Amino acid sequence: MSTKTNMVAPPEGVVGEGFFATKLNDVVGLARANSLWPLPFATSCCGIEFMATMASHYDLARFGSERVSFSPRQADMLMVMGTISKKMAPILRQVYEQMSEPRWVIAVGACASSGGVFDTYSVLQGIDKVIPVDVYVPGCPPRPEQIVDGVMQLQELVKNESVRRRNTPEYKELLASYNL
Amino acid sequence: MSELLLPPEHRYAKIINEKRNDDGSEYSILNLGPTHPATHGIFQNILLMDGERIVEAEPTIGYIHRAFEKIAENRPFYQITPLTDRMNYCSSPINNMAWWMTVEKLLDIEVPKRAQYLRVIVMELARIADHIICNSILGVDTGAYTGFLYVFQFREKIYEIYEEICGARLTTNMGRIGGFEREWSNEAFRKLDVFLEEFPVAWKEFENLFERNRIFIDRTVNVGPISAESAMAYGFTGPNLRAAGVDYDVRVAQPYSSYDDFEFIVPVGKSGDTYDRFCVRNAEVWESLSIIRQALAKLPEGPYHADVPEYYLPPKEDVYTTMESLIYHFKIVMGEVPIPVAEIYHPVEGGNGELGFYLVTDGSRTPYRLHFRRPCFIYYQAYPEMIKGSLLSDAIVILSSLNVIAGELDA
Amino acid sequence: MAIETALIQEKIAQKFANKASNFGMQKDIFSFEITSDSMREVILFLKEEEDTNFHFLTDLCGVHYPDNTIDQQFCVVYHLHNWIENTRIRIKTYLNGAQPEIASISDIFLSSNWMERETYDFYGINFIGHPQLKRILNMDEMVSFPMRKEFPMEDNGRTDKDDRFFGRTANC
Repeated sequence: MSTKTNMVAPPEGVVGEGFFATKLNDVVGLARANSLWPLPFATSCCGIEFMATMASHYDLARFGSERVSFSPRQADMLMVMGTISKKMAPILRQVYEQMSEPRWVIAVGACASSGGVFDTYSVLQGIDKVIPVDVYVPGCPPRPEQIVDGVMQLQELVKNESVRRRNTPEYKELLASYNL
Repeated sequence: MSELLLPPEHRYAKIINEKRNDDGSEYSILNLGPTHPATHGIFQNILLMDGERIVEAEPTIGYIHRAFEKIAENRPFYQITPLTDRMNYCSSPINNMAWWMTVEKLLDIEVPKRAQYLRVIVMELARIADHIICNSILGVDTGAYTGFLYVFQFREKIYEIYEEICGARLTTNMGRIGGFEREWSNEAFRKLDVFLEEFPVAWKEFENLFERNRIFIDRTVNVGPISAESAMAYGFTGPNLRAAGVDYDVRVAQPYSSYDDFEFIVPVGKSGDTYDRFCVRNAEVWESLSIIRQALAKLPEGPYHADVPEYYLPPKEDVYTTMESLIYHFKIVMGEVPIPVAEIYHPVEGGNGELGFYLVTDGSRTPYRLHFRRPCFIYYQAYPEMIKGSLLSDAIVILSSLNVIAGELDA
Repeated sequence: MAIETALIQEKIAQKFANKASNFGMQKDIFSFEITSDSMREVILFLKEEEDTNFHFLTDLCGVHYPDNTIDQQFCVVYHLHNWIENTRIRIKTYLNGAQPEIASISDIFLSSNWMERETYDFYGINFIGHPQLKRILNMDEMVSFPMRKEFPMEDNGRTDKDDRFFGRTANC
């Protein structure tokens, strides 16, 4: 049994005989960050790099994404990988609307971030035209290490997020700006 | 909005209203929607179901239409390779080499033997990579996850070889008009030798896991068969056609890039069902390995690119020191190279079948019309026919064995 | 073992005398042009005639030539292949620019079904007799035909890209 396992550090708190007192935000953030279940919305070439990320060499499961969920109701983060065309945009929106809070979105690849190399009449120039995005991973396609880095950045975001964020007026305004 | 919400005038709604079975049950509609865990890529099928059996299917594609043909009319010849990469992205070097061969046919350029053999090696590696994905994902769709994890390690090894050659993993953008951009390093050949030693062992284990496996045979034999006449009528080419019994292979019919220097057999199936398609792809991997070994053994010395200074970017030392190289470099980058007016159709054997490029030029720096004959687009038309009468899980397995790649379907 | 191009030319010229023209080898494929009203018969003839036996439709696509005369603005190109004799052939036909239409061959070659839909989607060429001629790759609500030369590649309504940086301004 290896003794070099990297356990996630506990949050700051007061330790005593049989108790550990810390903030609710920290504990919830820690729990959420290390168990993000992805919904892989793989459309094109970036989807193959995602398959390589989920395979044994780069293993995204180490970061808590063991269970890949294809049902939006059961997923935490939506990973949009690949070009989204205008025909696909309503479907992407439907999938995002079905996800329950808290939910995060990673735009993997240049096409999802801004339309990529396809500046044409049929391609949506970035998924942030229809849904709010938290992390953008550039690349065409991004290496698996970059995708993992994107997930790790999202983990930082999730860890430091307040439990009340989804009820704040700023968040509601953000959703309203997308007509959600 | 596509047919997400079925309007009442859809003909399936009419059929449901009219038809009733003897026991009073009626048909139902199931939307095998664009996003589905088991479809490889985004295409939609609206299925008319009689209980568990599929009566009729209506496919909708175009969810990843990126207008490649329109973009190609606005890009000079060097800038079209990244587009070809992204069509069949599982085996992108084949698409790249096919484009370069089309341009070389247009310009009547003779590629030296060494470059041709190297092209053969990289195309066969790409074919192996494509079949690895198809067969391992077919395993995943029948529930066997192990094969996928195991052989994907070897896809990483193939990616490392691509990185040594051109710097990229998946969308390789490899090659130039007349050959390659640089000589392959010793590291690339070393990695290739290691791959040729380790991969056959793993592929043999992968085959043993599936080919006599009772569950796999139950799931795939006699599932989605297609006869040879039907396959030819629907325009099938590639492994799907060969599984139906017709031995048409572009590498044999119209050899390009010195394929006629190599000995290989073309594996053919019998009934065209899923099991045959799986076995044909397995056998093709063995043939590809044999071709790579032959090419490495007979690899001649010589230049790795043709001597066409008007179309091939000169090395940077020459650009900075000699005048003609500077002028050629400028003209090539700006796209002011002499292009004849012609119409070319060049087919190659892609991972899925006959990938053809129909190029019409008018003498300007961009093609006038570039049309891709994409095998996936043509044989996917037969899918509704193939799943009539089967169960839903069989429909998924059939789709998986056809190896439909969304990028090539919609282009 | 290929079919002699002279044989094909003779058979076509014999049966469709004044409708076929422009026979010639284009690099390595023998090609000719035919008028649009007899395209269907030509293809059926080439498929069923024993000496030619072009039983496989490789490709079907369209090309737009806005600079030609109005009668020749759209071109539909068919590539046929005979596997046994290993011969390819290309047939082209020109259509009217204002109202391009031609008979569909989807009952002769089943694989032409989607290829004709794609050509309709891109150019607006009407294939008469096609079972389901509607758009296949673009959105159903689209009204224009994007591969025509006058249609721009970029989406004009996009807001995040400044055309000046791409060299695409009014006077460029």
